[in-house]
Amino acid sequence: MTILAVLIGTLIFAVLAPILGCLLAGLDRKISARMQGRVGPPLLQPYYDVRKLIEKDDVAVNGTERVYIICALVFTLIAGGIFVSGGNLLMCIFVLTLGALFFILAAYCTSSPYAQVGASRETLQVMSYEPMVLFMAVAFFMAVQAILGMGSFDVRAVLYLDVPVITNIWLVFLGFLFVLTIKLRKSPFDLSYSHHAHQEIVKGVTTEMSGKTLAMVEVMHWCENVLFMLWVALFFVWGNPASIILALVVVAVVYFFEIWIDNNFARVKWQTMLTSAWVVALVAGGINIAFLAYL
Amino acid sequence: MSYATKSPWVIHYDGSSCNGCDIEVLAALCPGYDVERFGIINTGNPKHADIFLVTGSINEQNISVVQEIYNQMVEPKVVIACGICACSAGIFHDCYNVIGGVDKAIPVDVYAPGCAVRPEAIIDAVVQGLAILDEKSKALKAQKKGA
Ligand code: SF4
Repeated sequence: MTILAVLIGTLIFAVLAPILGCLLAGLDRKISARMQGRVGPPLLQPYYDVRKLIEKDDVAVNGTERVYIICALVFTLIAGGIFVSGGNLLMCIFVLTLGALFFILAAYCTSSPYAQVGASRETLQVMSYEPMVLFMAVAFFMAVQAILGMGSFDVRAVLYLDVPVITNIWLVFLGFLFVLTIKLRKSPFDLSYSHHAHQEIVKGVTTEMSGKTLAMVEVMHWCENVLFMLWVALFFVWGNPASIILALVVVAVVYFFEIWIDNNFARVKWQTMLTSAWVVALVAGGINIAFLAYL
Repeated sequence: MSYATKSPWVIHYDGSSCNGCDIEVLAALCPGYDVERFGIINTGNPKHADIFLVTGSINEQNISVVQEIYNQMVEPKVVIACGICACSAGIFHDCYNVIGGVDKAIPVDVYAPGCAVRPEAIIDAVVQGLAILDEKSKALKAQKKGA
């Protein structure tokens, strides 16, 4: 039964997430351009980019790279499916991390030094955000327990709540916002792969990827971004259907805030990223979880 | 119109030059001219690029570099020679190590003369290059269908 639900969820996510993610990416570029005093590309520019990449000739450094990228994309979609079908949040996080690991493998499997620099930076990014994301899942469980009297990792549990989980875990939410910048690949934490014009060591993780493989990477990023926004929304949804509107407003504000950060801060060194993300995770996650556990 | 013309990503290489054209190319890519309006993005990776902007002339040292970048670019691709140095070696033409314009190393599709080449001329050349990119993209598609 749950497998079927996840399957249907994955299908829904696989259809809707690329569309929403593409529009989100287009809006992102448009707003970034306005912030820099430019007109910016058309809204559908990310779509044109991907269509162009698909039209390009097929060139690959080896046969395995594309297989890894396909795995990364599929696991991202399954992670989305788990979330959309109301499944286990912890599972969703693990499957998404698995997708991220396949992406890293794809970069490592080419023997290009530039791709490998990108891959090690990507690994550092995963190391930086993962503790906070896990704390988020644990805090979600405890918040549901505090409100409902019975803990649950299930996303659908929010529909039975009287108040949103943010009331109990706002500190965790703030910590999550911090690592969200890393997950969305926004400056100052866009160490492995930047969406801005040419500021990379060649092009970080995607150096050796071209054509259809790169198109898949782009689509994967769109889907990831949509899933992260769903995570943000999760904090604000409760039994009342009107809460979905509130969640959408919060998502819009959060994304705008991320674009603003992206355009106003220069990239930091990886040491700063790692230590700050872990300190934030320990302080925000630790204090909030200790509070929920002992009070 | 193929999608290639809607999102041309450029890579830029500077050969033997006074750096004048080099600076003009980067000026064309800056917010003042906002080439991202046309989907143009400056990338540092030949594998992601559709348009190769070369400034400066070809010499004994850089000929292999230019050829390497060109070979790493994925079809369809277009080469634009920016500035008179890139077109025909310009004032450097009789230097002991200079071979000539970019067309001595790789096939050039559009020539944009000028010393230095104006950003407007570069944008015009890129737009001309897009028409060629469109043709090449269609040819590639037809070839794929045939194969
Ligand atoms: S064409 Fe003129 S400005 Fe451009 S690189 Fe050559 S000498 Fe310099």
